[in-house]
Amino acid sequence: MTELPSLLPHEVDTDLRDAVAKLLEDRSPIDAVLHRCDAPEPFGDGARALWAGLTDDLGVAGLPLAETEGGAEATWRETAVVVEALGRAVADIPFFISAVMATSLAQAAGATGLLRDLATGHEIGAVVTPFAAPFEPRAEVGLHGSRVAGRVSAVAGALESTQLLVPHPDALLLVRTTDATITPLPSLDMTRRVADVELATVEAVVLAEGREAQQAVQRAAHVSAAMLASEQLGLAEYSLESTVQYLQQRRQFGRVVGSFQALKHRLADLWTLLIQARAVARYAAACAGAEEGTAAAHDLPVAASLAQSYCGPVAVKIAEECVQLHGGIGFTWEHPAHLYLKRAKVDALALGSAAWHRRELAKQVDL
Amino acid sequence: MIDAEAELGRRVQEFLAAHPPAQTDRDRFLRARFEAGLAWVDYPVGLGGLDLDNSVQPAVDAAFAAAGAPDNKPQSNVIGLGMAAPTLLQWATREQQERWLPPLWTGEEVWCQLFSEPGAGSDLAAVGASARRDGEDWVVNGQKVWTSLAHTSRWALLLVRTDPTVPKHQGLTYFVVDMQSPGIDVRALRQLTGEAEFNEVYLDDVRVPDAQRLGAVGEGWRVTQTTLMNERVAIGGSVGSRETGPVADLISMWREARADRPELLDDVTRLWVDAEALRLASALSAQAAERGTPGPEGSGLKLAFAQLAQASSSLTLDVQGPQALRYDDWTEHRPDLTTPPDRVPGYWYLRTRANSIEGGTSEVMRNIIAERVLGLPAEPRVDKDIAWKDIPK
Repeated sequence: MTELPSLLPHEVDTDLRDAVAKLLEDRSPIDAVLHRCDAPEPFGDGARALWAGLTDDLGVAGLPLAETEGGAEATWRETAVVVEALGRAVADIPFFISAVMATSLAQAAGATGLLRDLATGHEIGAVVTPFAAPFEPRAEVGLHGSRVAGRVSAVAGALESTQLLVPHPDALLLVRTTDATITPLPSLDMTRRVADVELATVEAVVLAEGREAQQAVQRAAHVSAAMLASEQLGLAEYSLESTVQYLQQRRQFGRVVGSFQALKHRLADLWTLLIQARAVARYAAACAGAEEGTAAAHDLPVAASLAQSYCGPVAVKIAEECVQLHGGIGFTWEHPAHLYLKRAKVDALALGSAAWHRRELAKQVDL
Repeated sequence: MIDAEAELGRRVQEFLAAHPPAQTDRDRFLRARFEAGLAWVDYPVGLGGLDLDNSVQPAVDAAFAAAGAPDNKPQSNVIGLGMAAPTLLQWATREQQERWLPPLWTGEEVWCQLFSEPGAGSDLAAVGASARRDGEDWVVNGQKVWTSLAHTSRWALLLVRTDPTVPKHQGLTYFVVDMQSPGIDVRALRQLTGEAEFNEVYLDDVRVPDAQRLGAVGEGWRVTQTTLMNERVAIGGSVGSRETGPVADLISMWREARADRPELLDDVTRLWVDAEALRLASALSAQAAERGTPGPEGSGLKLAFAQLAQASSSLTLDVQGPQALRYDDWTEHRPDLTTPPDRVPGYWYLRTRANSIEGGTSEVMRNIIAERVLGLPAEPRVDKDIAWKDIPK
């Protein structure tokens, strides 16, 4: 048997998960998230209070960072626990964007100063790349010396951000958000809104150049894809649990609807997908968090594309079934099922579709 | 713990020194291994074990294998080792255990299971084969089906109805029956692969001593639960490495044929992904069990295994291309269960159809998940609280 890393939660994971869950219960009940989606601007007082609780009180924005980087000396494995909990609550804060995408990119580029700022949560980073595209250097941004110019559409987290990381094919650049023009877009997922980012020949800080910059983006792409699976797992868990609960109560034809075999079998199939998605997400997180030189660390590119090939479609499938099995109420604005549906679909497109990742995977494992 | 393992290792080495495998007759070697408590070390002392935790068993088996010792050919007695033995351990008398367990473990006596009937498949508690008390014996009549190994078995586990006037679960009784008894007729059951892996067993006035009853009269369903719980354990396999298991043939054939059929790449990749997801889920489940907190994943893993095995074996034919139309052998024969058969992909396409039927259908697995894991209510039952004889058949 090949030695696999532990896929079980450690004791500290359980404490961490409980602390985050408690915070979410207090500051981000699902009705509050629903309400916040109607606000014209994202990241209002409610969401900011949640963000402050996570970054100031729990200090989880810098979990995978070294102490010298302002971090907690934990790993991406522990960050995955936070990401899963936030997924369960479909939380409308830029944790994934700043504490995963931007942080993994800054970490890979060795941008210690930026990492220290991001770890506090007082600065929020976003990566200037279309969210629904592979996480790759973008050619639509032009580089002129240390000045950048160009327009990138449908960027996630730009609206909440204070710092923009721009992955250009030749360099990784840092721009202050206040130096860019951010145009909000009505977004399919209103819990993670997207915006167009316009850079009108702006002075940028060069974080890395050439091959080093490309490798940093590649590492961040793998970590981000691996971690996104934990968010998808959280979405799927909540969607299935809430559907099961509803079908245990809802009566039609004089029977609890959940006693009909046709529905029970569908739920059993979803649960079977879920237990596999959980294992895939845990493996991806373990690989992202593994020490350099280990077999698990070496397997990260495979684990990341495996995760996005499997967990994205599973979360979408379960969120779709959640709407369907709730019947009429599931199609209403007041019921939260749609928040999970929209987030799941957007996540499946994010950082490369399942089909794109299958193609990557096929190259990695020689199919 | 370390001391106990060292002590066990020393015992194995002493045994091997006293019974050099190369110079010892196979049956004598295996009997001696049983007597030394080194057969299944988690079993009680005197019944082939040393009352140890079963986690040390792999190390013992590995030490014997490394010394070139003969094994007990577990594949030729799967029902005996996996299901009969734990049932006997829980329900038989000590005297019966001492009679039945040694030759069961050595493989000198093979066991089978007379449970399913043409009219009782997923609804096993509906069995209709009857047993009528006659002095110190019971007289059994009926037909059993899907009996693996009946043709090589010396003993069988038998579930029969002793009281048709009470609801179905209450009227059942469990026996051990000697397959050499007069009135037992074993007939090969040919399956859609062409071979005959299973049997039909006809029981015509077969006399079974009351002393071979396990559990009380009417308590057969409880005893059956012991057997079936162990079936699930026996079916949930171990965790292999990447690209082994149900996708192994597909992937290796794909690497040879991909230049001819590039259009199948995404289909192959999808199953590679599914296989890896199932492998990781099995590993997670095994890790939880190792930590002492086994989860409820077993039914889901069996369900996913059947789906993956069927999809993979099917796609292997697509990858194979024109040669897929050739079948290797339709002659009716008994498969050799001790080695995996070397057959064409078409055979595996057909054989994997059974994966979602045998050992509990995928539909039964879904019911188990929905009711026992997700806590959904059972379907209303029309056969509840009525005598078995009055259930429409």
